Amino acid sequence: MSDEYEHKLEAKSDYVGDASSVSTPDIDAVPAAELPDQELYHSHSWWTTYVFSQDAKYIGIQYALTAVGTGLLGLVLSWLMRIQLAFPGLGWLDPASYYQFVTMHGMIMVVYLLTALFLGGFGNLLIPLMCGARDMAFPYVNMLSYWAFVVAVLVLLASFFVPGGPTGAGWTLYPPQAITAGTPGSDMGIILMLISLILFVAGFTMGGLNYIITVLQLRARGMTLMRLPLTIWGIFTATVLAMFAFPALLVGCLMMTLDSLLGTSFFMPAMVSLGETLTHEGGSPILFQHLFWFFGHPEVYIVALPAFGIVSDLLSVHSRKTIFGYRMMVWAIVGIGALSFFVWAHHMYVSGMNPWFGFFFATTTLIIAVPTAVKVYNWILTLWRGNIQLSLPMLFSLGFIVTFLNGGLTGLFLGNVTVDVPLSDTYFVVAHFHMVMGIAPLLVIFGAIYHWYPLITGRMMNETLGKIHFWITFIGSYAIYFPMHYQGFVGVPRRYFEIYDSPYIDTSTLLLNKFITIAVLIVGAAQLLFLYNLIVSARLGRKSEKNPWKANSLEWQTPQMPPEHGNWGKELPKVYRWPYDFSVPGAKEDYIPQNQPPSEIIGAKVEKT
Amino acid sequence: MIVALSIFLITIGSIAFHFWSPWWWTEVASNWGNMDDTILLTFWITGFVFVAICFFVAYCVWKFSYNKDRRAEYKPEDKKLESKLTWATAIGVAALLAPGLVVWNQYVTVPENAYKVEVFAYQWGWKYRLPGKDGILGKTDIKYINDDNPFGLILEDPNGKDDLLVDEQELHVLKDRPVKFELRTIDVLHNFYVPQFRGKMDMVPGIVTYYWLTPTRVGDFEVLCAEYCGSGHYAMRGRVIVDEKGDYKKWEAKQITFEKMLAKNQKNDNLQLVKKDK
Repeated sequence: MSDEYEHKLEAKSDYVGDASSVSTPDIDAVPAAELPDQELYHSHSWWTTYVFSQDAKYIGIQYALTAVGTGLLGLVLSWLMRIQLAFPGLGWLDPASYYQFVTMHGMIMVVYLLTALFLGGFGNLLIPLMCGARDMAFPYVNMLSYWAFVVAVLVLLASFFVPGGPTGAGWTLYPPQAITAGTPGSDMGIILMLISLILFVAGFTMGGLNYIITVLQLRARGMTLMRLPLTIWGIFTATVLAMFAFPALLVGCLMMTLDSLLGTSFFMPAMVSLGETLTHEGGSPILFQHLFWFFGHPEVYIVALPAFGIVSDLLSVHSRKTIFGYRMMVWAIVGIGALSFFVWAHHMYVSGMNPWFGFFFATTTLIIAVPTAVKVYNWILTLWRGNIQLSLPMLFSLGFIVTFLNGGLTGLFLGNVTVDVPLSDTYFVVAHFHMVMGIAPLLVIFGAIYHWYPLITGRMMNETLGKIHFWITFIGSYAIYFPMHYQGFVGVPRRYFEIYDSPYIDTSTLLLNKFITIAVLIVGAAQLLFLYNLIVSARLGRKSEKNPWKANSLEWQTPQMPPEHGNWGKELPKVYRWPYDFSVPGAKEDYIPQNQPPSEIIGAKVEKT
Repeated sequence: MIVALSIFLITIGSIAFHFWSPWWWTEVASNWGNMDDTILLTFWITGFVFVAICFFVAYCVWKFSYNKDRRAEYKPEDKKLESKLTWATAIGVAALLAPGLVVWNQYVTVPENAYKVEVFAYQWGWKYRLPGKDGILGKTDIKYINDDNPFGLILEDPNGKDDLLVDEQELHVLKDRPVKFELRTIDVLHNFYVPQFRGKMDMVPGIVTYYWLTPTRVGDFEVLCAEYCGSGHYAMRGRVIVDEKGDYKKWEAKQITFEKMLAKNQKNDNLQLVKKDK
């Protein structure tokens, strides 16, 4: 590898010089692929430093705080829903508000919390630092991206205050019901939801371009693609997916807005509503489902891939061991990402689309299980003969493995078209997707926050509070969602405001509902403990040393910690190896940072990367 | 130690819950018992993987816990092991998929002799239409729906005249006779779902969807809507009663044909006209 750089350097020096001043113009000269050091925007006032910031680190924190704030609302909504389900006698909610809360909970958690937090939050914080760049490629556009997200959130929240309230169409927003009477918020509520999504996609596109271009163009010298931490591979691939998937959502939203406001019939067939025949004619409701899931399925991986990447790094650092099968892991991320565009209709086996599609989509869906399984194997093989530190990030990573394994395996039930028929639209589905794309990514997020908190604040989070938080969250959420699968086997349908005493449902099933709700309340409350820890530790936490986890990746190697504006002081780092050289035989320490030159570790038997 | 033990206990607890909790599927009442079989097969394969991986993790956490005097193994890759695991997974996945596709083929292939029943969904309830003596359901169009013609049958279509209209929430079907449900909705998406039958399919305005089954057990089953359809979704319940031949014939004889209904409505209209004249 190093030879190649020297070659490029030479080429660069040829190129940089003015052509006319060179005595023998070398027509064979090849311009270097390397770009000159970035020029940075420097803020001058409080407003441009902390509010309209153009520093990716701040933008990342802004994204994360906004996403978490919105997510808290989603959490409270889930409490209200669960209380209604377990104690219908209390009469807390009417059906309309129940469905509105279901819808808002779903949309907030998937889009405004998870997507925004992983890509906007961790993406902004980690991409420049881990790639060895000073900032994102386009800091100004990056700032716009965040503020578009803020406006999207505000529009979403505004829908709570319009006549008719927010939409209650379910987070999938299926027409025709989303925009016809009979569904709560089918007037103003749905319009605001669609506008909010359109704004989100616009904002996200600005951020996403930044993430992709920064990873491709601004990596430090020596940082080849195959030396990138898996965190970056996960975030990068997820962003590419988002760039292809979000346009489908965007056009779906635009078309439905037109159907609702201008009376077009993209998704609206001739139908009766409130006893009146509507003027719509000839549209296809299933077309919307195709558009929605063409976005919606990659969306699952937009959330999952960053989690996969981050957890790989956490497992490696905290078990002091090389990630097992790095190249396989990279190709699994890319492969899963590519395949995720060919499986969308497994959400639609019983949608009324041509049933023959079932064969194709069941096959593609089960194929995607193979690279996913490879990732799980490589995580657990990373633990094998490791030196496992049971720090908070490691605990959450272990929790992730168990939770994700469980949720992934139930995916094999739902992906297999025949098995899906009895289980679809039951609580089995609810349990499955909460396990696999709710709890599992959240556990990674928590692990990641405990891991990178010192990088952001220079202090450690409280370990005892963190451990209480871990045990309640991990065991508690398993207790919520594992039994819920069995309600699905009984046949309890999802999106039911009340189940009554149905003859086929044992009363014990309703008892189980009460148990689940109590667990939900406890797990939710434990998150307040986390928030307390998060806020208080910023001031009172134990001061962190530099690189507290003894990690190899570049974000811990900045001259100052927390890193300053521009990240790297005068000179950009040079990278000599991948970030997984832990416990190398012959090395003095059990870790070798990516920017440590070979001359300083003579004697270490490093494999070439 | 505690962490390893917890992961071990969670695994054991999950197995115990699976075998001893009271929550399991209802007794099947159709020919789709083979869907249950595919679920069981999936359970065995995925359950094995779940237990194996969880135990492996618990073992690693217990065995390789941190010791500052020890170093982890340095082994970035193991091509052989990786390819073995990949192939084993591929085989496991194929073993799940193949039987699934076989049953799906049965599910989407309706037998020739299936008796056609139209299930008619609206916000928020059910109606049914039987093909009558000719065995053919008459054509319909949403624009003809009115109080006199609640199913929107096209008057010019002779096949519709003898259709039996069941304008109530309850449907009877004959045991052991394959039945094809032709699913129609006049407003939003719905889904005709009877837990004991296992089958399911969305109803989409503008098209007629379908699925078929053979009822195998006499009984009284609840119909639930399984596709969200607005505020009344949870209350959209109906009933399906599986009868032996005698009971079925009695019920069928009570149903009224479209022709008779039209005539009756006509008479009522005439009566009202007469009343108005007076």
